[in-house]
Amino acid sequence: MIAETGLAALWLAAGLAALQLVLMLMAFRTPIEVGRTIRAVAVVQGALTAISFAMLLIVFARSDMSVALVFENSHSAKPFIYKVAGAWGNHEGSMLLWVTVLSGAGAFLGWLSQRTSERTLVAALGAQAALALGFYAFLLIASNPFARLFPAPPEGKGLNPLLQDPGLAFHPPTLYFGYVGLSVAFSLAVGALLTGEVDAKLARAMRPWVLGAWTLLTLGITAGSYWAYYELGWGGYWFWDPVENASLMPWLAATALLHSINVLAARGALKAWTMMLAVIAFSMSMVGTFLVRSGVLTSVHAFAIDPQRGTFLLGLLAIYVGAAFTLFAVRGGTLKEGAPFELVSRESGLVINNLLLSVILGIVFLGTLWPLFVEAVSGEKLSVGAPYFNAVAGPLALVLAVLVGIGPLLSWRRERRPVFKQLTIPALLAATTLAISFIVAPAMGILPRLGLPAATFLAAASVLPLVGRSPFRAPLATWGMVIAHFGIAVALVGMAMNSAFTSERLAVVQRNETQTVGPWTILLKGVTPTAGQNFTAIEAELHASRGSGIEVLKPQTRYFSDPPMETNEAAIETFWNGQLYTVIGKPDPSGGWQVRLWWKPFVTLIWFGGALIALGGAIALLGRAWRRRRRKPEWRKERYA
Amino acid sequence: MSRAIRFAPLVLLFLLIAALIWRLATPVDSTVSSKLEGKSLPAFALPAVVAKPGLASQDLQTGTPRILNIFASWCVPCVAEVKVLQELKRRGVHIDGIAIRDRPEDVAAFLQRNGDPYERIGSDAQSQVQIALGSSGVPESFVIDGRGVIRYQHIGPIEGSDIPTMMSKLEQAR
Repeated sequence: MIAETGLAALWLAAGLAALQLVLMLMAFRTPIEVGRTIRAVAVVQGALTAISFAMLLIVFARSDMSVALVFENSHSAKPFIYKVAGAWGNHEGSMLLWVTVLSGAGAFLGWLSQRTSERTLVAALGAQAALALGFYAFLLIASNPFARLFPAPPEGKGLNPLLQDPGLAFHPPTLYFGYVGLSVAFSLAVGALLTGEVDAKLARAMRPWVLGAWTLLTLGITAGSYWAYYELGWGGYWFWDPVENASLMPWLAATALLHSINVLAARGALKAWTMMLAVIAFSMSMVGTFLVRSGVLTSVHAFAIDPQRGTFLLGLLAIYVGAAFTLFAVRGGTLKEGAPFELVSRESGLVINNLLLSVILGIVFLGTLWPLFVEAVSGEKLSVGAPYFNAVAGPLALVLAVLVGIGPLLSWRRERRPVFKQLTIPALLAATTLAISFIVAPAMGILPRLGLPAATFLAAASVLPLVGRSPFRAPLATWGMVIAHFGIAVALVGMAMNSAFTSERLAVVQRNETQTVGPWTILLKGVTPTAGQNFTAIEAELHASRGSGIEVLKPQTRYFSDPPMETNEAAIETFWNGQLYTVIGKPDPSGGWQVRLWWKPFVTLIWFGGALIALGGAIALLGRAWRRRRRKPEWRKERYA
Repeated sequence: MSRAIRFAPLVLLFLLIAALIWRLATPVDSTVSSKLEGKSLPAFALPAVVAKPGLASQDLQTGTPRILNIFASWCVPCVAEVKVLQELKRRGVHIDGIAIRDRPEDVAAFLQRNGDPYERIGSDAQSQVQIALGSSGVPESFVIDGRGVIRYQHIGPIEGSDIPTMMSKLEQAR
């Protein structure tokens, strides 16, 4: 009954989405009052998908094997948390989560929005419903998560062991909230293009949504990066894998949008560009979902390839993005640009930021899809790897990092004050860092060599907006910006240190033999079999020391039986100045064991920086919401009270 | 903003969609083509393992195409493959075998239980010839033309559905 309830709720929600779309179309043809109704429909639609998703969680929690999806992806011996997380660790469940967030976002837009004009809001809710409708159709026609099996099998096939990790409970939902949160910006942009009301008011209405989605996206990418780092046992934090790029592309577009939207909100300028970015950001989310879910690109995430689903998703992508781009092409010309600005001004700083982010986005997009284009045209197979991305996007990212330090100091419209004087100290610090790097490590690569001074400069310059004023009277949004920009510097230090100073050792080690890696001497004490709730394992005991004291690390190779699979469980020890990363491999015929050791100085700063960036976003969002509460609602009272 | 710029995103989208449709329509070709096809067999001379002559590279230069099958008594897929090889033999194909890392009594028992399609069998106790042939596992088969040149490498067991392919490869090697 539970599964059927979930399915029924999904059908009802699809019906309401259709109603919502029709209401919007009617409101455009005849002057009828639909504002209140369409808001209510959006809220109920969101509630229904939430019920549907809750039903899926329940069948997974109860290991109801009569539901095909549970049978395919769960097992009664699994720890409870992974039974629940298994609900979205598969195609159908994750698409249901996607739709739940999509219509949930629509519900919140209908419930909370007070800033846009009613016409634009109705148009935006209609656009949101049109989006949801396509994805409901996808779920109900091509990926029903509630399909039953008869007779019910006694036991399930199990969940991919790589996914049995706390990271899974957290990483995909966070990313999805970020991806799909951008749908509101998309819908508002489409709505505003339809009504022609692209103005500062719209930007202020859109901003909290972009900020929220961007914060979650940042958090999701950071968490995903750390998850890949410790779970895959390869010691890397970013592989430029197509699926990683699929999450990076919406993030880059959202970051650009986040900045250009401020120009629109404050100065009424960059109208067409901001609308384009709002459309592109969510389009990138859809492209990402398509790439991940259709399996058209080879990836470590290796999801099953299914041409039928791929075709369906591609159809949705073509319809939505095509419609939005067409609307933009037709209506974009009618947008009047706002207040002019001079060459040295905050506006032009933000334009440069947008240009750099867009170029990086283009580079990632091209690199990810290039193999596909080449094979389509010439039949030749190739792959684009990390060297391309690092060499092309790396230098641009460094330039951007330096400019991030300067931009926030400029004032709107034109800069008359001698701002560049303030940058003396950061510039001196950067020069000192560069000099020290030449002394300490004469043979450093060019990217970390320039990355460290750039990070120092940014770290010092990023706090300048708080200097010279009482920091506690500065708006929360300014605090958020400073923290996020400082976070970039922190992450950059982590990346540069990791790429410049990592030591790696791959060796066959006999019992009671030692190996050195970086400053560490590591002794293989022994290898013993052990067992967990649903796996058996080989566990090595390593004693690591550098000077005084001994750290014990216990990396494992785990053998799962449902489904049969082997995973490496790295043992990682974190210190203030880096991480020791150890992996135990296969036994060697000589009686020794393959052991892989890394010493990664300051690598944790990468994720710490990522978390700071997200924290900055959260603080800025809090600041915006705080200011919003103090303001009067703009139209609701007059109209309905 | 000019019209051309406003329509540019739409054009780019069409390009992307076209490429993706192409990808969905043409499935990824993941077959590995052998580097050895078109090359001569490496020289080898393997001793006999059962009451049948052993196998040397000259034995494969008889003027007619033959199949060289790499198998082992300890290889489970080979049990099923032997039935298919029998069928090929029935159609007049000459088949020689190389037994990899095997014992005489095991090979004899294997052939007695599952049938014996082979004209000659060489024993490659240390996998040396297998490696020289660029074979990565057991079973594998090569189509050798009458002059000792490898014309086709089949990785994995030959299944019933592969018979037409093998027959046409043999025909092409003639």
